[in-house]
Amino acid sequence: MRIVVNADRCTGCETCVASCPFTAIVMTTSGKAFINEYCQICRACLSVCPEGAIIEVVEEGGQPPVSGRQPSACKGVWVFAEQRDGRVASIAYELLGIGRGLADERRAELSAVLFGAPESEALELIRWGADRVFISDDPGLEGFNDEPYSKMLSLLIEEHRPEIVLAGATPTGRSFIPRVAARLRTGLTADCTSLEIDSETGNLLQIRPAFGGNIMATILCPNSRPQMATVRPRVMKRGQYNKDRKGEIINVSGHGLSSRTRVIETIKEVSDLTVNLQEADIIVSGGRGLGGPEGFELLAELAEVLGGAIGASRAAVDEGWIPYCHQVGQTGKTVCPRLYIACGISGAVQHLVGMQSSDIIIAINKNPEAPIFNIATYGIVGDVYKVVPILIRKIREIKE
Amino acid sequence: MVNVIVCIKQVPDTAEVRINPETNTLIRDGVPSIINPYDMHAIEAGLQIRDNIGGRVTVITMGPPQAESALRDAISMGCDDAVLLTDRAFAGSDTLATSYTLSRAISKIGADIIICGKQAIDGDTAQVGPEIAEFLNIPHVSYVRKIEDIKADSIRVQRLMDESYDIVESSIPVLLTVVKELNEPRLPSLRGKIASKKAEIKKWTSSDIEADADRIGLRGSPTQVKNIFAPGPRKERKTLEGTVEQQVEALIQELRSLKCV
Ligand SMILES: Cc1cc2nc3c(=O)[nH]c(=O)nc-3n(C[C@H](O)[C@H](O)[C@H](O)COP(=O)(O)OP(=O)(O)OC[C@H]3O[C@@H](n4cnc5c(N)ncnc54)[C@H](O)[C@@H]3O)c2cc1C
Ligand SMILES: Nc1ncnc2c1ncn2[C@@H]1O[C@H](COP(=O)(O)O)[C@@H](O)[C@H]1O
Repeated sequence: MRIVVNADRCTGCETCVASCPFTAIVMTTSGKAFINEYCQICRACLSVCPEGAIIEVVEEGGQPPVSGRQPSACKGVWVFAEQRDGRVASIAYELLGIGRGLADERRAELSAVLFGAPESEALELIRWGADRVFISDDPGLEGFNDEPYSKMLSLLIEEHRPEIVLAGATPTGRSFIPRVAARLRTGLTADCTSLEIDSETGNLLQIRPAFGGNIMATILCPNSRPQMATVRPRVMKRGQYNKDRKGEIINVSGHGLSSRTRVIETIKEVSDLTVNLQEADIIVSGGRGLGGPEGFELLAELAEVLGGAIGASRAAVDEGWIPYCHQVGQTGKTVCPRLYIACGISGAVQHLVGMQSSDIIIAINKNPEAPIFNIATYGIVGDVYKVVPILIRKIREIKE
Repeated sequence: MVNVIVCIKQVPDTAEVRINPETNTLIRDGVPSIINPYDMHAIEAGLQIRDNIGGRVTVITMGPPQAESALRDAISMGCDDAVLLTDRAFAGSDTLATSYTLSRAISKIGADIIICGKQAIDGDTAQVGPEIAEFLNIPHVSYVRKIEDIKADSIRVQRLMDESYDIVESSIPVLLTVVKELNEPRLPSLRGKIASKKAEIKKWTSSDIEADADRIGLRGSPTQVKNIFAPGPRKERKTLEGTVEQQVEALIQELRSLKCV
């Protein structure tokens, strides 16, 4: 399949050029539109051409099979259960939540893969919805090294041939899962925010933001297996916890996994303020509008009365007012708290993509035109240094 | 002496891409093309390694003919060589096909250290770097925020994780993906600008890298974009009225009813 411009009908109006998300349409010297190598066959341009000059052509040989497993031979949904310091991370439970639904729809089993954690943690995975847990305490999986992780997971997948494999879009998942996909020569969709089964074909519809969250795309992996995706943390809901749920635990060994990288030391980022942003229910976030580091002291007070954590825009981080680990947005963390309070943040798209799925958003900004108000549930136009102290005082009053 | 290869991608400046919710098409009027911002840090890292211990820095990109301008920009910053992988047969490549294609070119050039950006801002996938490493059968370290030491056959770096960073040692050859904390990209020098005008950019097609026709472009891409659409509209919005004091009061009442305070 290919998208081409029928040069005889093209009038050179350039309407299509702007419609392409991949900058794949250019004007040639002869004044005709031309679709180049960047084309991803997204079909966005097909409907915009007033002349109907853009068409889809099927090339000789049709849609060729890519390597990887043939769809019919594969069954089951797998999730990679990440752990931190031997405890299952919350993303794993979120993956079990969505994975359970997908497995039920495919009438298949849900399995989890757990490296470097005790059996008690595997039991938790079963109570949260897994039918089967593959667990390995191979010494090669101590510390996070991409090669042994990807090798071990690939071996398990090749042996058991699941249809779908999910992992967290966390630093760990996004670093080693691509190696697994490359090893298996199958497709991988990054950072999905929604997953569904196409009722007609049974394929996995993988929905994700692209272009800094400005557009959403649905991605398919129709002809090879497994269908692999990393899933954004804090987006999927956990399933039902059932302490009596039973399942199978399978111990697997790695037969001497080797690694050419070695983690020498792990250093926790220190900060005086509460950082655990991705787990926080309430986040108070500050931007350049705070005017200086002292603004974060005020926000820390508000966070304290609310029992929340502190976030920041990149501008505030770049100014050196607060460490990078607090940054929310495209190049920082994605958060999804119940309540997000943005103080002195203008609402650039790169910031919004990191927080716009929060349940309630409050914006405090002195510029009524600031784009943050477009996505805020409640907006207060005013100076942070006037509004926030009143807010703190009133919440304290209630608490007393 | 090290051979460094930096993989760069030309991307639209995403901050300016919008979708028209009525027609579901993109509004991208006048959006400029730039070198992917993370790749600027990758270039800088490559140049610093060369400047410190000697060697060559080659930039490569897979893209349409106009991506040549991104390579010239990289040369103006000080890169020594540039290769453009361009061929109609590469069209429609997803990350798997892109990494395969780049890995073929890297094998042909030969490298000790390969540097990629953490992710490209158009797709935000962050997959191409680790996939290249797998195809080349070499180790990789993601999210490098500091290069601590380079020896003849090993390298020690800091890898940025969620709430911590790791000190990781790897053998060489290795592939690194880098984050912006790593460095501040330099501006082009006058000499660089002159060099970039004169530089000969190598242009390679699929046959130059002896690529397997089934593994490139659309044929080699297991994933497909089914459709694109505008993000859903935001839930209800409520306005607050009165003086700041009254607005805060109203807000707190709302928060109480939602059990946030
Ligand atoms: C590739 C790329 C990645 C990026 N990644 C991120 C990211 O991850 N996260 C991120 O946040 N940004 C990111 N950015 C930057 C982003 O584009 C914006 O520049 C940034 O978010 C702006 O931060 P800000 O809202 O704090 O500052 P500004 O845009 O300067 O806004 C400050 C706001 O404060 C208001 N204000 C001023 N004084 C007061 C006062 N006393 N009381 C109340 N309001 C006041 C002003 O009206 C203004 O709206 C990225 C940019 C690029 C190009
Ligand atoms: N077409 C390409 N040509 C060269 N390098 C690329 C290309 N696509 C991606 N890369 C490299 O891979 C990194 C990650 O890209 P991505 O996986 O698309 O997010 C980028 O920062 C580049 O260093």
